Amino acid sequence: MTLLEPADVPLAGIPAPIVAAIILLVAIAIFSYVMLRRIQLLRAVLPDPRLSEIGRRIWLALVYGFGQARQPRYLGAGIMHILLFAGFVILSLRSLTLIGRGFSSTFHLPLMGGGVGFVYDVFKDYVVLVVLVVCIVAIVRRAVFKPTRYQHTGNSEGHGAEAYVILGMVSALMITDLIYDGSAMAVRGHTFSPALFPAATLGAALMGNANESSLRVLHVAGYWAHILVFFTLLNYLPISKHFHVITAIPNVFFAKLNKGSIKPVRWGVDDWMELEECGAGRFEQFTWKHVLDFYSCADCGRCSDNCPASTVGRALSPRMISIKARDYAYEHYPVFGANKDPGDKPFTGNIVTEQEIWACTTCGACEQECPIFIEYIDKIVDMRRYLVEQGEMPASLQKPLQQIKKKGNAYGATKTKRAEWTKALEGVQVKELQQGDATDTLFFVDSCGSFDPRIQEISKSFARILNRSGVEFGILGKDETDSGNEIRRLGEEGLFEQVSSKNIEAFRARAFREIVAFDPHAFNVIRNDYPVKFPVTHASQMLARFLEQGKITLKGDYLAGRLVTYHDPCYLGRHNGVYDEPRAVLGRIPGMRLREMHRSFTRSFCCSGGGPLLWYENEEEKERMGERRVKMAAEIGAQVIVTACPFCLINLEDAVKTTGNEGKIEVIDMVELVDRYLA
Amino acid sequence: MDIIVCVKRVPDTSETDLAIDKGGKDIQKGDLDYDINDWDRFAVEEAVLIKEKAGGKVTMVTVGDEDAEEMLREGLARGADEAFLLSDESFEGSDGYVTASILAAFLKQRSYDLVLTGTLADDDCGGQLGGMLAAMLGVPVATLVHKVDVKDGTVAVTRELEAGLSETLDIDLPAVVSVATGINEPRFVSIRAVRKVASIEIPTVDREELGLDEAAVGSAGAKVEIETVFLPPEGEGAEIIAGSPVDAAVRLAEILKEKGGIA
Repeated sequence: MTLLEPADVPLAGIPAPIVAAIILLVAIAIFSYVMLRRIQLLRAVLPDPRLSEIGRRIWLALVYGFGQARQPRYLGAGIMHILLFAGFVILSLRSLTLIGRGFSSTFHLPLMGGGVGFVYDVFKDYVVLVVLVVCIVAIVRRAVFKPTRYQHTGNSEGHGAEAYVILGMVSALMITDLIYDGSAMAVRGHTFSPALFPAATLGAALMGNANESSLRVLHVAGYWAHILVFFTLLNYLPISKHFHVITAIPNVFFAKLNKGSIKPVRWGVDDWMELEECGAGRFEQFTWKHVLDFYSCADCGRCSDNCPASTVGRALSPRMISIKARDYAYEHYPVFGANKDPGDKPFTGNIVTEQEIWACTTCGACEQECPIFIEYIDKIVDMRRYLVEQGEMPASLQKPLQQIKKKGNAYGATKTKRAEWTKALEGVQVKELQQGDATDTLFFVDSCGSFDPRIQEISKSFARILNRSGVEFGILGKDETDSGNEIRRLGEEGLFEQVSSKNIEAFRARAFREIVAFDPHAFNVIRNDYPVKFPVTHASQMLARFLEQGKITLKGDYLAGRLVTYHDPCYLGRHNGVYDEPRAVLGRIPGMRLREMHRSFTRSFCCSGGGPLLWYENEEEKERMGERRVKMAAEIGAQVIVTACPFCLINLEDAVKTTGNEGKIEVIDMVELVDRYLA
Repeated sequence: MDIIVCVKRVPDTSETDLAIDKGGKDIQKGDLDYDINDWDRFAVEEAVLIKEKAGGKVTMVTVGDEDAEEMLREGLARGADEAFLLSDESFEGSDGYVTASILAAFLKQRSYDLVLTGTLADDDCGGQLGGMLAAMLGVPVATLVHKVDVKDGTVAVTRELEAGLSETLDIDLPAVVSVATGINEPRFVSIRAVRKVASIEIPTVDREELGLDEAAVGSAGAKVEIETVFLPPEGEGAEIIAGSPVDAAVRLAEILKEKGGIA
């Protein structure tokens, strides 16, 4: 029996290769034009250098782009995505081949004739079935089980329908392929074992009752349907949330590498103070990479699912920033027609509201989770910079910032009293380093350790430990200023520059081997944000080292068999990757019984933030983040929560009381715990 | 609408242990940080808000020394258009009355529609400047104002009264209005905003330019003499309630009932 191939069957009297050429040209022309418009916008917004460390970027693109390494964090959905993505890559060769078959019935890609082509054809036939099954499962999952993660919050119109469109089109591609191959098999009969070509066999079986002329029509029609769906899909990508199919791998390649830091006010500008406007108020004041992030968001909701602000009911849902920003971009920079002027209605404050912007604690859970490395913190900080410029700042945060401006600390205390806490120490002399002094270890106490009565206890514990270790150390005392981590993240860049330069000046005037801080925020900002680099260590790292070197030994029974859990502080874990040393320290404590919470390591849950955020009042939240966290500890039966951050300590201690766990759960800083065990 | 705001720089005493200086007539101020009187911050903000709505010009003025510049710059960053420093060695030791007369001398040299002040200064809590200033200028005054609504030729002000009452008055312009804290939400003034107004010149005006007699200013002109300043003696009857939260709450309720705090 003979079967005419699509290339040999004229359509309405027009030779098939001409039809194929027209479809190809029109589709590519439209696609190119849409892409051009998208790229034009990227070029119109602000610069952002993203070409450093090419090797590391290629590695990221391989591991997280092609390797999809973050997908399995959501196991079921992740595996489905990996299967779809693999299918997409494998079947792209098939799609190219099919496009060619419109021109010549024997077309194959270079090297894909003969044996290799045969092996590929067998393989792709399995992949077609796998992709089809995954699509059906995905449709059912969305339609029947409705995962909450996909639901939109706020006033943006949903994009849920787009998922069905894309899943439908991918399914259609598989089905038309199945019809194309199946009809051929039905006409020609099995040349090979049916097990080699399961999709074609299935197609043939489904069309088993059709007569030969119908099969001939189906063969040609299946082919052209496939081609049309393919090009429709291609052109649907850049106008939908499925743009990520194209942009995700570049987005990972251009990912932010220096985690824990905040971008400068504007890249490529020496003196930002001289700028006419600062921060991101208009959409065009985002950088091109930020706009690429907007393009790339697949609306999967993993960021918001992990966002502590979202969890407790604050106005923020990180993915809605991306979705709303993309909607805004597509509305104001349409594919066809003139760009739209927003008038005097700025993006920041209108499209993304002030409530959303101030609700963020910069914990980084969203960025940690995003499979394609979309950033949120820098954008939020840029929007805050704009709001601060407009004089907008939550009332509860104004006072602490004013105090820092006047007195160098949010507590409103006189700076000459920064070393007062040392007077209450018995048997330990803490040296207040003067200009020109030298020491081994510079203990950066920060404002919280100097003035907050509860946190002073950690300062004292740490001084005792340092003293016991035999390491020579000192503090800056009155020459110390607030470290400024939150100041920068709240968008008050000028004040950040002021406090950081004071500290840098104080550091430079003294000789030391390293700086140590027990507050991860101070550790982070000195390590990642200060324009001059100093060697800085977190207390947990230093404790691990002391224990390793035998500089301190531990003895005692303070925990008395109680079950302990460790709360990873955001600025120690996620922002700086310090997960192992704190656990190594805990492992050295006699009689330690440690159990991890369900949310630990990279998925730790923010306690509501440090520095001036301690004063921040949020009206929308239904529960405090710290309370949620304490409940997580209670869930696993923990009796002691050890943390390595003074603000976590304060927030969690409060939450223990407000959740009725007083007397049942103790919160303690790692430094205090080690102090209790000093032999 | 031309608005002149009178402001004062006061020491921040909120987180400090105050000590009396040797003379016994003042506190030790050496270690204290200074800032704009909180009430006056609201006055400046209100002036800028009125200007943003109705147009015009906002002028800040203070009686003090060159240390007041930082405070005035912050006001300019907040949105004031110009600032004047009334400064003269002979002003040393001025009381509320003298300060009002210095400000009145300045105001008489200028045209204005509205003068705003804070009702009270955080340091000496005199609460007299607005009233005396208005009397010296011969214009109406309203104090403890928590809402200002500028109309054509008049201003409607809402004042706080006892027992949660408020009254609204319609007064003729020009007028002196002393505002209460909470009248608005003062905007945040960033370091950059202050930097942006760094080039605005803040003229200093001395006694002669104001046409004031030396005998009428400073301690010479003052009507009030401070006899002594002292810390309140430690009282008795303070009780720290110990025990569990529940026991403590029971004890607290008992005390409140005993003392007639609750029925």
